[in-house]
Amino acid sequence: MPSLKSLRLRIASVKSTQKITKAMKMVAASKLRRAQEAAEQARPYAERMERMLVSLAASLPSADDAPRLLGGTGSDQTHLLVVATGERGLCGAFNSSIARAARRKAQELLGQGKTVKILWVGRKGRDNLKRDLARNIVDGFDFSKVKRVGFVEAAQVSDKILSLFAHGEFDVCTIFFNTFKSVISQVVTERQLIPLALPEATALPDLGGAIYEFEPDETEILEQLLPRNLAVQVFRAMLENNASEQGARMSAMDNATRNAGEMINKLTLVYNRTRQAMITKELIEIISGAEAV
Amino acid sequence: MADKVTFELVSPERVLLSVEAEMVVVPGSEGDFAVLAGHQPTISALRPGSIDVYEAGDRISSRIFVAGGLAEVSLDRLTVLAEAAERFESVDRAALGQRIAEATEAIEDAGADEVKRDAAETRLAYLQHIVETNTVN
Repeated sequence: MPSLKSLRLRIASVKSTQKITKAMKMVAASKLRRAQEAAEQARPYAERMERMLVSLAASLPSADDAPRLLGGTGSDQTHLLVVATGERGLCGAFNSSIARAARRKAQELLGQGKTVKILWVGRKGRDNLKRDLARNIVDGFDFSKVKRVGFVEAAQVSDKILSLFAHGEFDVCTIFFNTFKSVISQVVTERQLIPLALPEATALPDLGGAIYEFEPDETEILEQLLPRNLAVQVFRAMLENNASEQGARMSAMDNATRNAGEMINKLTLVYNRTRQAMITKELIEIISGAEAV
Repeated sequence: MADKVTFELVSPERVLLSVEAEMVVVPGSEGDFAVLAGHQPTISALRPGSIDVYEAGDRISSRIFVAGGLAEVSLDRLTVLAEAAERFESVDRAALGQRIAEATEAIEDAGADEVKRDAAETRLAYLQHIVETNTVN
């Protein structure tokens, strides 16, 4: 039977752990709200850009004229996987689930004899992938020093992707991130960025029968629009990720707090039993001592 | 048909401005153009310059600098997607010189990297536009 003192110490240590997890949960909750707001505010830009892209693509004279960012290189030999994760741990399966999805995809592609290159965004992705895919990692971005991820960071990532693409380093680019559904559910999403997969369902704006005029012309606008769109897609992935990370951390810390509470209850029970047993034992000793006299 | 255009200025991070205006002058890549209600649907690239919003009458009610972007006009609606935008009033004059020096340096640094040089040149053109507008007014 553990001694009373060691039990007391354990209870105290679990209690202080519980305090930490509780505080982390609260911090995550307030950060989550901010992250959700940021994601919401970024939506109009992405939506309008998508609409423009769809109208542009629809009015392109022929698919052959499409820039390579939209039409692709005509090959799918080399794949670039952009793995966007968080910078910190202690958020449940958030980071590892993204890494797992990316790893599965990488292995599938490697099995088909394709070349796989990996660009990590977020320290945890690198930590997770460098064990078995170290040779495939080409570069990465560590934003752990950045307090609030903004468009500037997303632009850095997309510039890197664009320059790799311009140098013919890859044919197909896919990004992995977590879509925020709710605090308890985040869905790992993979989205193809290059060549761009246009959403089918976007309705064209109603122009009352008129058609768009393009200035200068479709191809040139597309050439400007596509790199921007890439940055926006990366930005969106990062914002979604941010919200998901906070959500995941919140529920993980909530669980941890609850578990700590359970543990404290159990330990307190054992502690009280032990204490009573000791008292009983002492009483018996005194009584039997008195009887012997 | 409404006699006003809804003008929206959107940056990747949020909607910067959303107003009803009589006329908006936009720096298109092929030349400035004014958007009034009932304008022909257009999608145009923008060059670094300033957007002038006329909410009512002949006076410019707000002027915003943009470093390029895209404008979409559909019936009675003008949407400008811009990465960098600053209000005329809120430009920090003192910091301009410093920013121009940085942009010039970036052009030199870029060397053979075309993408980087283009970006830096756009930035410089944008800043120079701000300086010019500043001295005119």
